[in-house]
Amino acid sequence: MSKMKDAVFIFSEDQLSYSFSDTHPFNQKRIVLTLDLLKKTGAIQNADIVTPRIATDEELLLAHDPAYIEIVKKAGRGELQENEGILYGIGTEDTPIFPNMHDASAYLVGGTLTAVDEVMEGRAKHALNLGGGLHHGFKGKASGFCVYNDSSVAIEYIRKKYGVRVLYIDTDAHHGDGVQWSFYDEPDICTFSIHETGRYLFPGTGAVTERGNGGGYGTSFNFPIDAFTEDESFLSIYKTAFKEVTEYFKPDVILTQNGADAHYFDPLTHLYGTMNLYREIPRFAKEMADQYCEGRWIAVGGGGYDIWRVVPRAWAHIWFAMKQLPTPIGPLPASWLSKWQEEAPVPFIPTWEDPTPLYEPIPRKAEITEKNAQMLERALHLIRNESKK
Amino acid sequence: MLIEEIMKKDVLTLSPTHTVQDALLIMRNERIRHLPILTDDDTLVGILSDRDLKGVVPSSFAEQNKAAAYETPLAEVMTKNPIVGHPMDFVEEAAVIFYDNKIGSLPIISNHKLVGIITETDLLYKYIELTGAHQPGSQIEIKVPNEPGILFEVSKVFYELKTNVLSILVYPDQENASNRILVIRINSMNPLHIINGLKDRGFDVLWPNFPGMNQ
Ligand SMILES: [Zn+2]
Repeated sequence: MSKMKDAVFIFSEDQLSYSFSDTHPFNQKRIVLTLDLLKKTGAIQNADIVTPRIATDEELLLAHDPAYIEIVKKAGRGELQENEGILYGIGTEDTPIFPNMHDASAYLVGGTLTAVDEVMEGRAKHALNLGGGLHHGFKGKASGFCVYNDSSVAIEYIRKKYGVRVLYIDTDAHHGDGVQWSFYDEPDICTFSIHETGRYLFPGTGAVTERGNGGGYGTSFNFPIDAFTEDESFLSIYKTAFKEVTEYFKPDVILTQNGADAHYFDPLTHLYGTMNLYREIPRFAKEMADQYCEGRWIAVGGGGYDIWRVVPRAWAHIWFAMKQLPTPIGPLPASWLSKWQEEAPVPFIPTWEDPTPLYEPIPRKAEITEKNAQMLERALHLIRNESKK
Repeated sequence: MLIEEIMKKDVLTLSPTHTVQDALLIMRNERIRHLPILTDDDTLVGILSDRDLKGVVPSSFAEQNKAAAYETPLAEVMTKNPIVGHPMDFVEEAAVIFYDNKIGSLPIISNHKLVGIITETDLLYKYIELTGAHQPGSQIEIKVPNEPGILFEVSKVFYELKTNVLSILVYPDQENASNRILVIRINSMNPLHIINGLKDRGFDVLWPNFPGMNQ
């Protein structure tokens, strides 16, 4: 038997075919930029990369309706009548039709399933599929740039095939609604989402009071934080809640969604995160997985709309954490900067760290922090009472 | 919108001679909190809510009293001659009736027969639907002067930018009576082009600002 690897990186060119248009904010070029950055820092070798498979229809049916899958297939073949897909969210502003959209979407799901098998069959402790993380996809409807929900399919796949308890942790700036609703009644699956409040931001859900339903009551956790929340407050909520929920729920495996859109530069959200956030998030996830799940940790990508200055550095940190490499510091490889700068519409930040300060100090910081802390108290109230008994 | 469009038509009922025990059972099994009480000729004579029952069967009652309480006929615990509605009442009117009378449900009567029921929860959900908050969407708020034609000007921008609207609400501006706040939900994760379009045309968009800062 070959020795278990610390980590594998799931990637193939097929994952890049998930592309709505050249002007659409969701752009998988992020993965190419990240992988190239990892190669040029010498953090990844070809032997670390595992080719993903495509998800079968049977697998997609674990979390999606047959009628919806048919619509996506027809859309990808150019056979949809005008407006036929609207009820299914296909052909809308957020999820327009593109050629072969079924295969492209099924490849992203297949990537997350490949990651799951690598970890659950003991070939690797951790696995990273940056092509996944499409957390807004619903059972029968595309939403928020997401067609199929790879995490929902993968979690149901883990539950059915391996019969274990899964903790889903979502640090994307938007609420992980698709995954939450998929398992809202499910006691053996715990969903956890920290996000900017839905006051203005899509999708509008993710209130503290969304705690699950029926037998699944108490296994859905939401941590809505205020617009303009900064690193410190975000991280303190993330770490406190992650640890307490893990101790309460006792998962066998952790799946993290790593949207990188809580950064100050992100055009779609209003959180004030910096690269410190993305350095800390995966390191803490690893710590939790090592401590409570014998290391079993699957990580997927997610949102992230400043694909040049933010996402490559942010996502590279996940790999550094998985491989137990020291946190990278100082300048980015000159060869990476020069290769991509011409294409980038903005000047790169040439170092792993963001410049300090990145932005003007915000007014009423203390009140935002206090409000977030109060939210945390309410969100964890039930399990804190439980553990006192 | 009319009551008949949102009322529940398939209504479970009991008679005045049924007991508290019967009512408790049916409420628990069917997960409902309100039961119209009908006589044998289908005339509505009362309404029973779970709150009425809590008054009759306190949890820490002595055992023998408890048994007696369970046998109480509903005629003795129901609210007699309840306020009723008509299928063609407007939902807005019904909401006012709920609010003014502090009631939890409204039996709907036509031709002296019970044809449906609506509850506080049904009504609240309708209002949530009106705000568009039950569907994934981004929220945009625009401060506009309170003058005729302004809604047309705003909607023209949405038309030009081909943005589909989930809902529009108009609120008074608490700070300035000569303004209105339009709250618009769109079912897109990317509101940037519509926000920029509105700003370019001189509209005051209240996208998140620093808390407590003036616009
Ligand atoms: Zn996002």
